[in-house]
Amino acid sequence: MSNSLEIRKALLGEIREAKKSRVVLNLTDVRYIDSSGVASLVEGLKASRELGSRFVLFGLSASAREVLKISRLLKLFEIYDDEEQAMSA
Amino acid sequence: MKSPLNLSRAFLLKLKLRSHPKLLCVVRGAMEPLMEMLGFSESECRAIIRAVDEALSNIMRHSYHGRLDQVIDVSCTPVQRRAHAETGQGVEILILDCGPAIDLAKLHGRSLHEIRPGGLGLHLIRDTMDSVEYTRTGRFNRLRMVKYAQPSKRGPNP
Repeated sequence: MSNSLEIRKALLGEIREAKKSRVVLNLTDVRYIDSSGVASLVEGLKASRELGSRFVLFGLSASAREVLKISRLLKLFEIYDDEEQAMSA
Repeated sequence: MKSPLNLSRAFLLKLKLRSHPKLLCVVRGAMEPLMEMLGFSESECRAIIRAVDEALSNIMRHSYHGRLDQVIDVSCTPVQRRAHAETGQGVEILILDCGPAIDLAKLHGRSLHEIRPGGLGLHLIRDTMDSVEYTRTGRFNRLRMVKYAQPSKRGPNP
C-alpha cells in the first residue's frame, strides 16, 4: 500500500505513452505485493488490452503467485520465471 | 514439523503503530518470525502476514481515511484448539482502531468472478484465517483473527 499509487501511475503511464506491442514487468525484486498491488497489475493488464498490447510478468515470488491464485487472477496473466523466457516468448 | 513453542496464554507481541502505510513492512517484519516460532509452515506464515497486512491497510484506508497520525493496536496471543476431537496450536491476532463504527453489512468482498481492481482485501483475510470476527468495543473497532497451524503430514522419524 505504501507505494502502490506511484507504481500504478508509472505503470499506466508507461503502457499508454510507450504504446508498445508488449509490456514486460520485472517483479524479481518485489518481496511483497498486497491487494492494492494486484489492483495495479489488473489495471495494467486492462490498459494493455485496450491498446492491443501484451502484458507480461516475470520473476514472481511465491507470495505474489499465492495472492494472484487466491484472487483467481493467476491464469489471466502471462507469467514467466525469468527475463529470458519473458523476452523470448 | 517444527516443534512449536509451549507457551502460556499470555500475549507474545504487542505493537502500537501510527496509521502510516510505510509502517506496514515493519509489522510484517516483526510478525513473520513470530509465526515461524509458533510452528506455522512457510506458506502459512506468508498467508497470515498477508491477512494482517490487508487488515491494517483496510483500517488506514477506510477507517482512518488516509490519515497518517492515528493509532492502531496489534497483539498476538497463542491459542490452543480443543474442539471436535482436533487439537493444535494457533495464534489469535487482535487489531484495534478508534475509527468510526464499521457497518458490518458492508463487510463483504466483491465477487471474484469480476475482473477488476480493488475489493480483494477481505477475501485474502477470510481465505487465510480460521476465524474472523469484527466487533465494536466501546470506542474501538476490534478485529479478532485466529489461525491454527496445520499438522505435518510427515510421520515420526524411525
